Amino acid sequence: MQNPFRSERDAFRLVLLAIGYFALIGIGWKIDKWVGVGVFAVLTAAAVGWVLLRGRGEERPRQAPAPSPPNEHRILVVANETVGGAELLTELRERSGARRTVVFVVSPALNSPLRTWASDEDDARAAAGDRLAASLVAMRAAGLDATGEVGDGDPIQAIEDALRTFRPDEVVLSTHPPGRSNWLERGVVERTRERFALPVTHVVVDLEIEPTRE
Amino acid sequence: MTAAAEAHGHGAHPPAPHYSSRVSPATLGIFLFIASEIMLFGSFFTVYFFDRVVNQPFGGHWPPPGLHRPAFVAGINTALLITSSFSMHWADSSVKKGNRSGLQAGLVLTFALGLAFLLIQVIEYHRLGFNTSDTSFAATFFGLTGLHGAHVFVGLTILLIMTVRAFRGHFSPEHHHGIELGGIYWHFVDLMWIVVYFTVYIL
Repeated sequence: MQNPFRSERDAFRLVLLAIGYFALIGIGWKIDKWVGVGVFAVLTAAAVGWVLLRGRGEERPRQAPAPSPPNEHRILVVANETVGGAELLTELRERSGARRTVVFVVSPALNSPLRTWASDEDDARAAAGDRLAASLVAMRAAGLDATGEVGDGDPIQAIEDALRTFRPDEVVLSTHPPGRSNWLERGVVERTRERFALPVTHVVVDLEIEPTRE
Repeated sequence: MTAAAEAHGHGAHPPAPHYSSRVSPATLGIFLFIASEIMLFGSFFTVYFFDRVVNQPFGGHWPPPGLHRPAFVAGINTALLITSSFSMHWADSSVKKGNRSGLQAGLVLTFALGLAFLLIQVIEYHRLGFNTSDTSFAATFFGLTGLHGAHVFVGLTILLIMTVRAFRGHFSPEHHHGIELGGIYWHFVDLMWIVVYFTVYIL
């Protein structure tokens, strides 16, 4: 739902709508009390329906961070498992060409909905921290300049949070293979491409097999 | 040092801002503000309606016999406040277009209309013929309209600061956050008055 007080213009529009809303109810009330109640019910239902239905099908504004310096190539890696595999690491390094590669890894604190609602996130964050540390060790061993952080349990939100402090040239989403990946089931890759004005590469990582790239 | 700390280089300077909530700080702030205001006004409206429902001994008459709601004067006040919303919007539109005289005129007009509203309300209080201790209706009437009046007073203070700043050359088409936020507050106060007027004076 859009905040009706998001700007002065929106607030002014709300005032105009309120004038019309209460004026019509008041006129109905003056005619007869039950006419007023009926007008109130109809207008309120119409307003609620409009609020719920509007905006559907509208394209969401896409976020585009500022470009990185010319001599640097920045990659945001979002991984729900430890980033590993020589091929993937080499792929990350080769993407930058002659430029310096800077990788920022976000490890979402994956948690069950119940635990999230109960704010019981300690274990999830600790596990994500362990995965992040292992990923950073693997990346640094492969010669990449890598840092990272534990992110929100929702990968889209984790990317949005990361974009506030790290401005990547591209996003790499690392997931489990199809059939085992909750993120693929939830359409995380498609939603990321819709929401962020950045090249998004989906990498399937199965640590027992070599990674494949879409 | 943790991975997150390494990422931001905390040793050399304060950590970079990081927002982990799902809405931006500005949006969250205005949401919280509106939520708190709705709860505040909502509690007063609840008392008002409770009082009205439980006071059936008056034989269905509302307000209680002998008490009169000055709906006409309040209607004039409503017109003043609605007009002030238009002038506020004019001021905001003017600053976005770089029209400084329009901004200044809009703010002065908004302030004058808001001040007139408050003065009329004070005069109305003196001429009502009842006071807060006279019935529960009187108490809730003064409570609701007084709460709104306090908001108008705060709004006038903000408007005064905005007006002084506008005459001192502040604000531009690129930088007018002070006008934008003050305008949002003023429209909120106007909106609440429409609800108060409808509830207390019309129904």
